[in-house]
Amino acid sequence: MPAVQETVERVRTLDVDQYKYGFETDLEVDKAPRGLNEDIVRLISAKKGEPEWMTQWRLEAFRRWQTMREPGWARVNYPPIDYQDLYYYAAPKMNPAPKSLDEVDPEILKTYEKLGIPLREQEILAGVEPARRVAVDAVFDSVSVVTTFKEELRKAGVIFCSISEAIREHPELVRKYLGSVVPVSDNFFATLNSAVFTDGSFVYVPEGVRCPMELSTYFRINERNTGQFERTLIIADKGAYVSYLEGCTAPARDENQLHAAVVELVALDDAEIKYSTVQNWYPGDAEGKGGVYNFVTKRGDCRGRDSRISWTQVETGSAITWKYPSCILRGDNSRGEFYSIAISNGFQQVDSGTKMIHLGRNTTSRIISKGIAAGRSENTYRGLVSAHRKASGARNFTNCDSLLIGDRCGAHTVPYIESKNASAIFEHEATTSKISDDQMFYCLQRGLDAEEAIALIVNGFVKDVLQQLPMEFAVEAQKLISISLEGSVG
Amino acid sequence: MTDITPIRTQAETQLLDYLRHPRSSLPVGDGSVIRRADAIARLEREGLPNRRVEEWKYTDLRALLREAAPPAERPSAADIAEARAQARVFADVAAVRLDFVNGHLAAQDAPPAGVTVIGLAQALAEEHPVLSNLNRVDVAGGNASYELNRAFLSDGVVVHVAAEQAVAQPLHLRFVNRGGAPFSTAPRVLVVLDKRASLTVLESHEGDVAAQPNSVVEFVLADDAQLEHARVNTEAAGTIALSTITAVVGTRAAFRSVNLHAGTSVSRHQLFVAYEGEDARVTLGGVTVLSGTQHADTTLVVDHAVPGGESRELFKTVIDGEAKGVFQGKIVVRPDAQKTDGRMMSAALLLSPDATMNNKPELEIWADDVQCAHGATCGELDDELLFYLTARGLPREEAEALLLQAFIGEALELVTDEAIREAMTGLAIDRLAKLA
Amino acid sequence: MIEIKNLVVEIEGNRILNGLDLTVRDGEVAAIMGPNGSGKSTLSYVIAGKEEYEVLEGEILLDGENILELEPYERAARGVFLAFQYPLEIPGVATMSFLKAILNAQLKARGEAELTTPDFMRRVKAAAERLQINQDMLKRALNVGFSGGEKKRMEILQMALLQPSFCILDETDSGLDIDALRIVAEGVNALRDGKRSFLVITHYQRLLNHIVPDTVHVMSKGRIVRTGDRELALELEASGYADYVTEAA
Repeated sequence: MPAVQETVERVRTLDVDQYKYGFETDLEVDKAPRGLNEDIVRLISAKKGEPEWMTQWRLEAFRRWQTMREPGWARVNYPPIDYQDLYYYAAPKMNPAPKSLDEVDPEILKTYEKLGIPLREQEILAGVEPARRVAVDAVFDSVSVVTTFKEELRKAGVIFCSISEAIREHPELVRKYLGSVVPVSDNFFATLNSAVFTDGSFVYVPEGVRCPMELSTYFRINERNTGQFERTLIIADKGAYVSYLEGCTAPARDENQLHAAVVELVALDDAEIKYSTVQNWYPGDAEGKGGVYNFVTKRGDCRGRDSRISWTQVETGSAITWKYPSCILRGDNSRGEFYSIAISNGFQQVDSGTKMIHLGRNTTSRIISKGIAAGRSENTYRGLVSAHRKASGARNFTNCDSLLIGDRCGAHTVPYIESKNASAIFEHEATTSKISDDQMFYCLQRGLDAEEAIALIVNGFVKDVLQQLPMEFAVEAQKLISISLEGSVG
Repeated sequence: MTDITPIRTQAETQLLDYLRHPRSSLPVGDGSVIRRADAIARLEREGLPNRRVEEWKYTDLRALLREAAPPAERPSAADIAEARAQARVFADVAAVRLDFVNGHLAAQDAPPAGVTVIGLAQALAEEHPVLSNLNRVDVAGGNASYELNRAFLSDGVVVHVAAEQAVAQPLHLRFVNRGGAPFSTAPRVLVVLDKRASLTVLESHEGDVAAQPNSVVEFVLADDAQLEHARVNTEAAGTIALSTITAVVGTRAAFRSVNLHAGTSVSRHQLFVAYEGEDARVTLGGVTVLSGTQHADTTLVVDHAVPGGESRELFKTVIDGEAKGVFQGKIVVRPDAQKTDGRMMSAALLLSPDATMNNKPELEIWADDVQCAHGATCGELDDELLFYLTARGLPREEAEALLLQAFIGEALELVTDEAIREAMTGLAIDRLAKLA
Repeated sequence: MIEIKNLVVEIEGNRILNGLDLTVRDGEVAAIMGPNGSGKSTLSYVIAGKEEYEVLEGEILLDGENILELEPYERAARGVFLAFQYPLEIPGVATMSFLKAILNAQLKARGEAELTTPDFMRRVKAAAERLQINQDMLKRALNVGFSGGEKKRMEILQMALLQPSFCILDETDSGLDIDALRIVAEGVNALRDGKRSFLVITHYQRLLNHIVPDTVHVMSKGRIVRTGDRELALELEASGYADYVTEAA
């Protein structure tokens, strides 16, 4: 029946409009058998050509994981995950491994092209003047397919490669730092990741070097029923600086996909790491079917004096987000920052926030969180600020604002503020409000339609955080905010 | 991944033991609103709350209560006389007094016109209709401290104010504990205000014994009723005090409760407020002054279920020595509670390097047309202010005292009645003076 | 031309407009005066399309087309502009970005090409100078922290930029000192071109010394009770609204 066919087509185009990264790439794939056991862990390690110490590290994590329980304290609900029903390794077939971009499967290149990610070094992100160069590590399902600008970075002494390559080529650095910020047994998902992580990025910026360009990793889940477990490790040695961007998307699928990443940052004396994320995993359809379960452990260690770590995140995707990018402020005078925009629409559930753990003297931290809930979503900010006995002179300022769009969503704020030091000064403020009818009418009167008006007001609401993003990401994020809120009115 | 059956602590074993031989003769069986058996079953199943229970994260009762004291015996006439003579708090405020000694209703003044006072035992025996107002607040249900009161309920009183009655004289609920060996008490008070009634309730807890009181005072305000509640705790060192206030507020009702915490070794003071009628106003305030190894927890849930409610919470904590302060406050706005206006603030001053403050102010919001905010601050006395005052010639100690008084004064300002506010301010200043 | 016929409007069950008739011809400046609560602001909101007002009867024709079924932004695109009595603040949105967004939205709705950035900047700058709005203000969030006078000038700036065909000024004089009033009036007068029409709603006649109306209507209890020329405004200034209030009551 043509009418039905037409409806189906229309619905399909609507869906693609809503989540424009929902397409799938057809590739030949090298997959490990379904399920998880020691053999699979060994297989992953073997596929990666890892040394024995790494295999043992993974096995230890796996054994530990078997004794652990999935955490239940977050305000998210989802059916039990059958960890034996997933694939833990999937890689596009490429034999031998590509030496340059020309050897990468054109289908994969096309995928990144569609996603707007420049893999050719002469390309730049569109619409931004003057042209800024960004080095990209593209991770496709379980493997890193290409890393750009490697040569130029090498000249500056910066190591930017996939974590698999780093394990083989720079074992001394990996052994020293891997698991030093997020210990193997940190939490259920981090431990699982430690056992089965397949790829991710590795960055080392040597002493006194300011990384000459932005680094970025682009994560793409393509395969069905495949968990993505990437592992990122960034080390800024004394006096170094690096700005790193992370982007994520996945095809629209009916079943839920599991993503459990671990990111570790280490900043030594006077070093600075700026880590920005635009997370746009598939959020599920309008009925709440499908979508990525995003259980991520991100933690930065301000290990050195006067070091600084800044997290900026724009979270618009995933069916479930469970994510608390944190800073351990160990070095005296170190500084941690967390800037977050979390938008939930449809049936999305977000439980996200940060931990600022003040251990050193005169450590400072700043938290700006903007949560926007629409549709039937649940959006929770959960954060911890703590000052330990020795954290004299610690300072924190926290501002959490929530905006509700519609009366079927929820916005919640759960801060934990713990001080064990009298000279620590903590200030926390939180508000919840809606877009006022009068504000809306004012914008409509000036000629904006309802969705444009909401996008405008919301962009104003999140401005303090958008300002923290590198420019090209800020432009992208602004567009993403509008797209994410489509269908939130009426 | 099996559930581990926790090993019972000594206190848990003692509590369950006491419950096997209840001393109270209250009719609290399955047929009564109390249903003691449910509470006992819960204690058997869950034990005392510990830090793994989110609501008790900062007050691990299982660890803090090492030895559970037996329920208090009914006091002798001599004890009652001495206890009443000893009571100090609000002594200068003219009030109608209801005296509890060791958790038992021991003496009462004649109630003012329009007010009915009935002993809980009698009310239960008669199945008095006003008892349908017990256990009305959902969010309090299942709360460990509230349930323990139910399990150990020893005595209580029901106060009923008839419609339209504006009672001028405050009603003073006086809890005095006295004696040598530690004991526990579990009194329950129900105060019901009919439409447009108004009443002031004073509540004081004092005594010279390291007791383990667990009081529950429940307020029910019908439409347009007004209730002012001022509470002081100056119980002796060694005391482990649990207390719960619940309030149900009707349409346009106004409820105000201000607490001064200036005693005990360990305390957990809870407030649960439920909005049942639209456009009600609730103000909660508190001052807590701690030193030595004291531990004091204020936990509150303000539950907006209907439109137009307003709530204001202001809590101040001063912590010296190795003491630990806890504030957990949650504003809940349910889907129908549009136009809710909720504001909550918790401020703490840490005076010593070993002091600890844990703040957890929460918002849980399911309605879009609301204005809600919370704030929390934590720090030491403002150096610049101190300098300013000392530069004007004030000795440092006096300058500090002045700033501390100003700090807590903001919360005590919430007490409307001048005589009551002055009594509380006087006690707070005495307590602050003992910090130095 | 705008023609309002037999307009009956309620809000939350209270009748505010009670069979109001009003015509404003192209190029005409019409003033509506009246006591508080006569329904002046309601009229401006209903023309602009504010949601909570219930139109029970009547029609509003803009150049012959009934606009009552149109969304507020569609009316705006057709040339209806309301200068608010209390302009709204939009935190975080730079005034310049807001101006660009609304201008482009209207151009797009009319199927016209968007302005290039330099053209846009030129237009804003020219209008801003006339209204003595400095560049700094344009960088700040819209109306946030602006004084009453600054907010009103910003309304006129938007009017100048959007070039609407029918402008409603709702109590634009309220909260303005005499200097600000003059600047605002000059801004409005500059837009009088013989085609654009204005509906000036005001409680006091002093605004009409600066924006001289062609017609003056007196409104009471939700309808126009008297119509005259400028002299009527002066008369009202002398005698007050007492007659109309009692007449209506």
